[in-house]
Amino acid sequence: MPLHTKKKHRQYLYQGDPLAAPPPPELAAILDRHRDQPDAMITVLEEIQAHYGYLPQRQLQYTARELGFPLSRVYGVATFYNLFHFTAPGRYMVRVCRGTACHVNGSQKIIDALEKNLGIHQDESTLDGLFSLQTVACMGACSLAPVLVVNDHTYGRMTIESSVNEVENLKKENAVNGEEVTA
Amino acid sequence: MSTLIRVGTSTCGLAAGADQTLAALERQVERRQLDVRIQRTGCLGACHREPLVEVLSNGNSVLYGPITPERVALLLDQHFGMGERGFSRDWLVSQKTDKSDYPFLGRQFKITTQLCGIIDPNSLDDYLAHGGYQAFRAAIQHTPEEIIQIVKDSHLRGRGGAGFPTGMKWEITRKSKGTQKFIICNADEGDPGAFMDRTMIEGDPHRVLEGMLMGAYAMGASKGYIYVRAEYPLAVKALREAIKQAAAYGVTGKNILGSGMNFEFVIKEGAGAFVCGEETALMRSIEGKRGMPTMRPPYPSEHGLWGFPTSINNVETFASVPSILLNGPTWFANIGTAKSGGTKAFALTGTIKKSGLVEVPIGMTLREMIFEIGGGVKSGREFKAVQLGGPSGGCLPFALIDTHIDYEDLKATGAIMGSGGMVSVDDTTCMVDFARFFLTFTQEESCGKCVPCRIGTRKLLNLLTKISRGRATEHDLGKLESLCETVRLGSLCGLGQTAPNPALTTLRYFKDEYLAHVLDHKCPAGVCEMNSSQHEPELTMAMA
Ligand SMILES: Cc1cc2nc3c(=O)[nH]c(=O)nc-3n(C[C@H](O)[C@H](O)[C@H](O)COP(=O)(O)O)c2cc1C
Ligand code: FES
Repeated sequence: MPLHTKKKHRQYLYQGDPLAAPPPPELAAILDRHRDQPDAMITVLEEIQAHYGYLPQRQLQYTARELGFPLSRVYGVATFYNLFHFTAPGRYMVRVCRGTACHVNGSQKIIDALEKNLGIHQDESTLDGLFSLQTVACMGACSLAPVLVVNDHTYGRMTIESSVNEVENLKKENAVNGEEVTA
Repeated sequence: MSTLIRVGTSTCGLAAGADQTLAALERQVERRQLDVRIQRTGCLGACHREPLVEVLSNGNSVLYGPITPERVALLLDQHFGMGERGFSRDWLVSQKTDKSDYPFLGRQFKITTQLCGIIDPNSLDDYLAHGGYQAFRAAIQHTPEEIIQIVKDSHLRGRGGAGFPTGMKWEITRKSKGTQKFIICNADEGDPGAFMDRTMIEGDPHRVLEGMLMGAYAMGASKGYIYVRAEYPLAVKALREAIKQAAAYGVTGKNILGSGMNFEFVIKEGAGAFVCGEETALMRSIEGKRGMPTMRPPYPSEHGLWGFPTSINNVETFASVPSILLNGPTWFANIGTAKSGGTKAFALTGTIKKSGLVEVPIGMTLREMIFEIGGGVKSGREFKAVQLGGPSGGCLPFALIDTHIDYEDLKATGAIMGSGGMVSVDDTTCMVDFARFFLTFTQEESCGKCVPCRIGTRKLLNLLTKISRGRATEHDLGKLESLCETVRLGSLCGLGQTAPNPALTTLRYFKDEYLAHVLDHKCPAGVCEMNSSQHEPELTMAMA
């Protein structure tokens, strides 16, 4: 390939360092708190996720550069743990427990019913950004199995009907709120 | 004389709606202008009757549940003698202070959970009023070696699963050389279906801290990490609060109570990985790395966190220690069996009438546990099996119901004592599907570091799926067994070594169900869908 075309191609691709600007203040605050703490990686990721709702790619790149880790190390940790996700979750994180106690009390049927109702699979979000559906291994409320968790609230002794109801109520609530906003 | 009303607001209580009950109680008490103090407590253990409300006056205690917000007014009417209209006797749990009229509570022997549901977990004063930190004060009057001897004499064994003698572990750590030493409290509680550690931390966090302080004193550790799983936000909150209070009280920091001991607590939140409950993986996770286990030896006691001697114990192990010192090692040793002293807490769940947290002397039989304490199987179905120890444990049939709950006895059956998950299942559960359920879990949670576990668990899962779909032959059953053996022997850490247990025990005790799937292409429990290709996209490829 002639040299000049290659050069041109490169110019076309290169748009400057995406991380040239300093990290946004909210991220800088998190990173500054944990500088020079080699063991803080998981905590940093947890705090980033608490702030953004997920782990955005750009923020992870900043983390690697600012804390002096290879990017692979950051992703290595982030992808190892189930808690972290890489896409924005819905407004309501619906989590169904599929631990042993919940399993023998019929949690699979609840998962199936919710998948059908929301029209998504596990680990997916609805298109309107309202719901995400996940399963968890155990919430520690096993004697109230089957257990459903919406955001931070745990619901015990669920049935297929009450689970679907819960989701329907949230849908309705949002429809009403939505109207109020537009009105 | 004023009355005290306790409402259990642990995770289980809240899931059953304790918050609303509490609000309703406050409203009603206000309206009636009753001389009542309302107190939030941890979980009393009778989770099947949540939300629980306990009314105490004149030294009497009456326990009610489940008390939903609508029932609050009727309950107060009845209790304070303003009429019984609409009150149902079914809501009454126990009328005795020692709860002897309700076997679920009366038959228990509480040591580690003795104050759960009794005190306000957020109140240090409550804990102190019940003898809190007395054991630690007593401990620093002894030499560290004496403390270790006391723990040894008590026959306390690790409650995290393996049952390693705690005194011995402490002694090894004490004798290891290092400029610094650490202790870790393992509160990862990854076994699905277990919530002993959660209940203890949420209900009585200072007891765990006190146990850790005593361990730190005995081993000469200067820093104590508590590794809590992120799925337990309430437990994390309770610990944070308790650590702050402990610092203000003067049991952390420099030269604690004039003993020359320096110590501080650090909370580390997990991030959802089962394998991080394994001690070497847990330490990597604290170091901020991927939670992958490493070869042992070297054991953590010699080469642990950042290479320093580290002792790692379970929440319940630490929570047992204060009582051992206060009541003496012989008292503790006599409660359990010859080889293991004390009590063990179990999370009794599944299709059982009375589920919840149960603490009993080690050595009780499974029958007493399930039929007397747990009240037998829910809604008149037939008992089929009890599963102990979560994904690393095994399923035992009715024929073994008189087995004693002890490390050695359970191990002989192929199950394990485990960390305390006890799930009873009825005849609507298919044992092949149940084994498959556990393998799905271990296969997903395998960290992938060693081949026997990473590929072996996947192959085991495939085989079990094939059997449950009615597509397997008898030859496959043999294959399943030999593969189990390979995974058990070849894996690096406990996760892989115990992963075959659910398959092995069901194969051993419920062979007829496997044969029904294989020979008759039938699922006796009607759970498995025969010849369906649902949920198994990779099956054909992986089995080719
Ligand atoms: C896969 C796996 C998961 C484990 N999970 C836990 C756990 O959740 N909690 C725990 O205390 N111990 C767990 N353990 C056991 C620990 O490795 C360790 O033996 C224990 O914390 C030691 O404490 P102990 O001596 O007080 O029992 C697990 C072990 C393995 C192999
Ligand atoms: S098994 Fe579902 S909460 Fe524990």
